[in-house]
Amino acid sequence: MAWLRALGCYLPSRVVDNAELGPQVGVDPAWLLHATGIEQRRFAAPDETVATMGIRAAKDCLEGAGVSAREVGLVIAASGSGEFRFPGPATAIAAGLGISGTPAIDLPMASAGSLFGIALAASLSRDYGDVLVVASEIMSRVVRIDAANRDTAVLFGDGAGACLVSRDEGLAEIAGSVLASDGEFAEALRLHLDSPLHMDGRTIILQAARKLPRVIGELLERNRIQAADVGVFLLHQANLNLITRVAQALGAPEQRFFRNIARYGNTSSASLLIAATEWWRDGGQESEGPMILAAFGAGLNWGAILANRRKSA
Amino acid sequence: MDKQSKIIEIIGRVAGQKIAPAPDESLFESGLLDSFTLTDMVTALEAEFAIRIPDSDLNPRKFDSVARIQAYLESRA
Repeated sequence: MAWLRALGCYLPSRVVDNAELGPQVGVDPAWLLHATGIEQRRFAAPDETVATMGIRAAKDCLEGAGVSAREVGLVIAASGSGEFRFPGPATAIAAGLGISGTPAIDLPMASAGSLFGIALAASLSRDYGDVLVVASEIMSRVVRIDAANRDTAVLFGDGAGACLVSRDEGLAEIAGSVLASDGEFAEALRLHLDSPLHMDGRTIILQAARKLPRVIGELLERNRIQAADVGVFLLHQANLNLITRVAQALGAPEQRFFRNIARYGNTSSASLLIAATEWWRDGGQESEGPMILAAFGAGLNWGAILANRRKSA
Repeated sequence: MDKQSKIIEIIGRVAGQKIAPAPDESLFESGLLDSFTLTDMVTALEAEFAIRIPDSDLNPRKFDSVARIQAYLESRA
């Protein structure tokens, strides 16, 4: 198998709290916090792009691990909010890292993109060596911030994350993954070229609350691991209540589910890698037990990855 | 208890209040159900009526009123 070798992230500096956003969408800031669990989110500066943010996250990932970009054999970039129909941000990210000759693939999947990217990287690393998975989203430009669209306007934020998947070494060995898709509900969460993001929240929550615990349970069962023995669950930060429901459905302690949605909102594909990076840097290095990464999003696409920490000598 | 009464009892349980919705009253518009209590209700319906509701049937419109829930359950009978 392959290894998670390094993690990194980038958050734009502009903080948009509920006191600023609430009046723009016609709701009381206190209600907004109660309803979403989100205290603030970050918005990209006008001169930032999905690619420039992805480059910042990638550099954070590589530099933190002391890895030169020239060691990267393949770039996979996940984003559902890229500025162009094509090309996606992958080649621009590679060029920004000074490795413009390196193959670069886009995954325009939105929320589950980074999870699928890591799973693909684990397989592709056999042929390409170290694979850099980058997820970058500027969601503030694909939602409409007004009262008519407040259900989506308040949920999302901007950010980028990165993960280096290595064939030979790392902080945790990828032991397996389960990926799934269901096109029956493709209309429930979509972004047209010329209109703001559409989300049928009831359908999405209903599907996610069933599919996420099931796919995590399937992965654990395949590997003969009990949910209670998992050291950390790193989930796409879509919704605080959803994370709680997943914990309850699995019978796993809720405190093992890392959460940072209160500070960043839902950053779509980037959220999983931002969460993983923050967890790792905030004590995760000392943690024990298997890691579960899981995500659910538009498509519908969802899945889970199991990674085992290297046992100390 | 008849099927409709059981459905209303389940909705009340997940909504955390005693309720008496009209058969065609929208459970979402009236605020009795939201995204998460809908999920709880579906799970409770499966347990109460000993059925497995496939993901493909998990369309909120099928569960938006007591009458629609009853119609769905009868279609599964």
